[in-house]
Parts: sequence; C-alpha cells; structure tokens
Amino acid sequence: MNKPIDAAAASKVILSQTEQHLVGYMEACLHCGMCAEACHFYEVTGDPKYTPAYKLFPMARAYKRERSPLSWFGLTRKVTEEELKEWEELIFDSCTMCGRCTTICPMGIDIASIVGQARKAFAAAGLGPEDLQAAAENSRDHGSPLGLSPEKLMDRVEWLEDDFETEMPMDKAKADILLTVSSIEAMKYPDSIVAMAKIMNTAGADWTFSSKGYESTNFGYLAGRPDIAKLMVTRIVEAAEAVGAKTVVIPECGHAYGVMRWSGANILGRPLPFEVLHITEYIAKLVRDGTLKMKPFTDAITYHDPCQVSRRGGATQDARDILAGFATDFREMDPTGELNWCCGGGGGVQAMARAADLRHKVFQLKIDQTEATGTKKLVSACANCRMTMDESKDALHWDGELISLIELVADALVVGDEDGDGDE
Amino acid sequence: MTLLEFARGPAINAALVIFVFGVIWRLFWLLFLPRAADHSVAKLGAGAAVSSAAGGFVRHMWPPREYAARTRFSLIVGYVLHFGLAIIVFGFAQHILFIRDIFGIGWPGLPTGVITVVSVITLAALIAALVRRMTNPVLKMISTFADYWAWFVVTLPVVTGLMAVSHLLLRYEDMLGVHILSVALMLATFPFSKLMHAFLVFVTRSQTSFFYSRRGSHV
Repeated sequence: MNKPIDAAAASKVILSQTEQHLVGYMEACLHCGMCAEACHFYEVTGDPKYTPAYKLFPMARAYKRERSPLSWFGLTRKVTEEELKEWEELIFDSCTMCGRCTTICPMGIDIASIVGQARKAFAAAGLGPEDLQAAAENSRDHGSPLGLSPEKLMDRVEWLEDDFETEMPMDKAKADILLTVSSIEAMKYPDSIVAMAKIMNTAGADWTFSSKGYESTNFGYLAGRPDIAKLMVTRIVEAAEAVGAKTVVIPECGHAYGVMRWSGANILGRPLPFEVLHITEYIAKLVRDGTLKMKPFTDAITYHDPCQVSRRGGATQDARDILAGFATDFREMDPTGELNWCCGGGGGVQAMARAADLRHKVFQLKIDQTEATGTKKLVSACANCRMTMDESKDALHWDGELISLIELVADALVVGDEDGDGDE
Repeated sequence: MTLLEFARGPAINAALVIFVFGVIWRLFWLLFLPRAADHSVAKLGAGAAVSSAAGGFVRHMWPPREYAARTRFSLIVGYVLHFGLAIIVFGFAQHILFIRDIFGIGWPGLPTGVITVVSVITLAALIAALVRRMTNPVLKMISTFADYWAWFVVTLPVVTGLMAVSHLLLRYEDMLGVHILSVALMLATFPFSKLMHAFLVFVTRSQTSFFYSRRGSHV
C-alpha cells in the first residue's frame, strides 16, 4: 500500500533548518565526486547513486528554490513526491551517517549532518522505512525499540544478578553514575550488561540503573522524529537528575553515545547537568588511573572503531588505551581509527530489513580488513555494530569471531589479589 | 567605441562592481544566517576555535594517505589548474599592469613564454577535468548545469587569452577585447556560480574542523 507523500511538508522542514553551517555546506559542494571514494556503500557496489553528494540533491534543490539569494531567478524547480520517494533509500538505507565522506571532501563538508536533518524532512513527508519508524514509535510507547519496557528491564536485571552473581543496583535513590543500556544488549547480548556491572563494581563506583530512564539508543533521532528524540533524551536526563548523577555512562552503542553526548543538550535546548561518557571512555579513565587491572589476553585481536565513538565521537584513543593495558597481541586494521570503514549498520540501517543485502556486502570489507591483520578475532565497542556484523557473519558464512571490548575487559579483570573470576 | 574600448571600459568595470558587491552580499548573507546554539560541552583539551579551524583548513588541502590512489587524478588536475590559473592571473605582465591600474600595486611579471606554457598546461587540465566529468559515472550523475557553467567561464578566458597572445582568428585588438569580455563574464557571474567556492572553502572547512575539534576528533 502506498502512503501519500507530502513534498510540501518536507520542503517546509528543510527550509526551517537553514542555519548557517548547513546552508554553507549546501552552497559549497563542488560536485567533485571524491566523497564516493570514501563511502562504504559505493565501495562495495560501485553504484554512483550512492555518492554522498548525490544524496543531498533534494535538500539542496528545496533550499535553492526557496531560500538561496538567487531564488528570485526562479531557475530551480520544486522537489517532487517522486524524487523524495526515489531518494528515500539514499537518505535512510544507504547512509549510516558515519562521516567518512567528510574526511576526503576538499571543501570539508559534513554530509552526515545534512543527512541527519534531511531525515526529519523525509519523515515529515511520510517517508522512511517502516521498521525504522516502528522502532522509534516503540521507543516512545514502550520505552525501547526492542520492547524493553521498564518491567522487562527490571526482570532481566534481576535474572542477570542471580545468574551471574553480580550486583546490579536498580533505582537507587542517589548515585554518582547513571548507567544506561541499549536494548540490543538487553535482548541479545546480556553478557555485556553483566560485564558493565562487573567493571563498575570492581572500580567501586556508586552507580545505578534507573527504570525511569535506561534506554540509550535514540531511534527518534535516527528516524527523523524530533519529538521522539527529545522524549528519549528527556527520560535519561530526568532519571539522572532524580538520582543526582554526575555522570551518565552510555553502553557499547555508537549512535547512543553520539546523540546523548553531542546532540542531547541541543535537542533539550539547555546544557546537560552531568558528564556523558561512552563506556570505553569511562573504562579508559579507570585503566589510566590504575583503578582497573586486567590479566594479559594473549590471543591475536583487531579492533573495529564504531564511527560515532571514534571519527564522530573523538574517543578513538580510549579503546587503544584499554587494550594496551592487557591485550598483548593487538593488531590495528588498515584503515583504522578516524578513517575506519563503517560496519554498514549505523544510523539505524541495522533496523531496516530491506537494507540487509547491502549491509552484508559492506561486511565483506570488515572481513578483508580483519583477515589482513592475520587474525579472525574482531573486537568492537558497539552493540549495533556487533549485531550488524553478527548477522552479516552468518549471511556470508564467515568463521571469524566477534567480541565485545567490555566483555573482554570484564573477563580479564583482576579483583583484589584474585584472578578476576569474582565480581566484588 | 571599439570592441576593445567597450571591453576595457564599461564591461570590465561593471563586471568588477558586480563581482565585488556580489561576493560581499553572498558572504554577508551567509554569515548573518541564524546559528544554532551548541549547548554540548567540548571535550577536555579541544583546541581553540581559531587554531582548530586553521588546522582543519590545512588538513583538507590534501586527503589522507588512505585515499591516495583513488584521488590521484582529481588532485593532480585540481592542483594544476588552480596553480596554473593563479600563475596566469598574477604572473603575466599585462595582467599585473591591469591590477596596478586598479589597486596601485604591482610586481615583476614572468616571461611571456613561461605564461604561454603554463596556460597550455592549465588548458589541458581543464579539458581533462571536463572529459572526466562527462565520462566518469559518478561525476556524470552528480553534474549539473552549474558545474559546466563554472568550467565554461573559467576556460573561456584561458582560451581567448592564448588566442590573443598567439594572434589567432581575430586581429590582436579584437581578440584582446573578446578576452577581456570573457573575463568580465567570469567576474560578473562569479558570485552566483560554483566559483564562489574560492571564498566558501574558508567557511566550510573551518566550521567542520571546529565541529570535530570540539569532539576531540581530527576530521
């Protein structure tokens, strides 16, 4: 069934976002095409439609027609419903907002920023993959995109506490640190939640989960739904304020970190009354100040940088600092750090079933990068990357191993004079 | 009034006025657009705005090593034509005289033979850029009239300048008039064309570098 597409609503949203930096970007694109060479979707398909600059055409046209200083010439035609429909795939399914294209752009245009704004326009027009929109609406209505309601979270935490004999405080009245989760971890990788708790407990942190604000992923942001984005940020901010948290720790999820750390205050319209740290930033601090000690891990491993944590998050070094403390055979892949290839599932692309084949093609890049280091153990610090790569690993029948960085740390923890098997 | 008198007089003067006021208008228009307040807290140790913007500006002059093989053609052609145009505009004795007439300052010019060689190389780079734009699947898909127009108004003065110096097709005075008119066309359309990137590059590179520098990233 075809939904009606409201091109006028899309144009209205685009035109409401004519802040200086976005307009500068749209005015400055030279159409040199170099950005294609940095895009994983172009890299694995060779299809020119995946050129990042091309993805911006409807936004640039709407702006040029209505707002540019030259608009009175009337040379630019309207953006049509058909064009928006055609571009939907380019704005949602085939852009992970990883920001790699910016590293090659001679004009330094941050295309990911424009795509983020464009998604709002497309959503206003009634476009956007249904499963992505459903994830956003689930978050609004049930607290999480994967149905992790407060009750389910409490059940799950109780079960994990019993099963792993690890204390996991829930809804403490006061705590220094509010620890959040991603529902991907809660539903698919619960060991990660246990690992975070073990690390926090070993460090002697005063922390808690909150059933009022726990879901760190923000599918409102990814789906172009600013109302839901604000609601998700507000839940965590209010929960943190209620317990008097000085720090909010975001789990292994790149976009969750990017949204809360760099956009949360702007979505809310005021500075956040606490520090936001990705779990790798938090652990790296503990490693650097000597609070955490780990037993050596001798297997050969390589590391996949989550784009929103490294390139767009600035926390590239933190994972290295953690690994330097105990991984005795850590091998950098090439390219790495701020130039890493994306996993293919960021920006909500993981939630789009119809983009699965495209994601699997992208994962071949990671397989090649990993195997070039001489290992088949791929460590990362993003549950979304992990799930994307897990699915692609199965689809491509790759026999390598995907490992969570915090699980690796938790397994290697040295507790007191013991060998790290305990949690207190 | 001869063609040359028209070109040297009202045509180039009008074009210069449009160029200057057009560039100022477009830059002011852009810089006075609303700026969204950023309430996020910069990462500890993030560089100052000016130094991070300047560092990023330099960084984006050359893509990272990772892209070397993929961008070799664009980089070589791009740098040859930009440096070539700069040498032609600021190194040719007659152009320096023209600049001295307007701004009262001048400098020694390069030998005409050197300028001719540079012009031919620059023209070759411009033709290579056009051929690539028309044949490369990515560039074909993303190219618009504005891209071809920018190429046309830059190439025309190079071609007519070479023809004037070489006494080709028309009398020298007439070809010089055509050359100056082609420069007037380029100047008059500059602020409204892709050529504005010569100014916008300072804006976009700086704001992106500042954006990433606050985050502790080096993009």
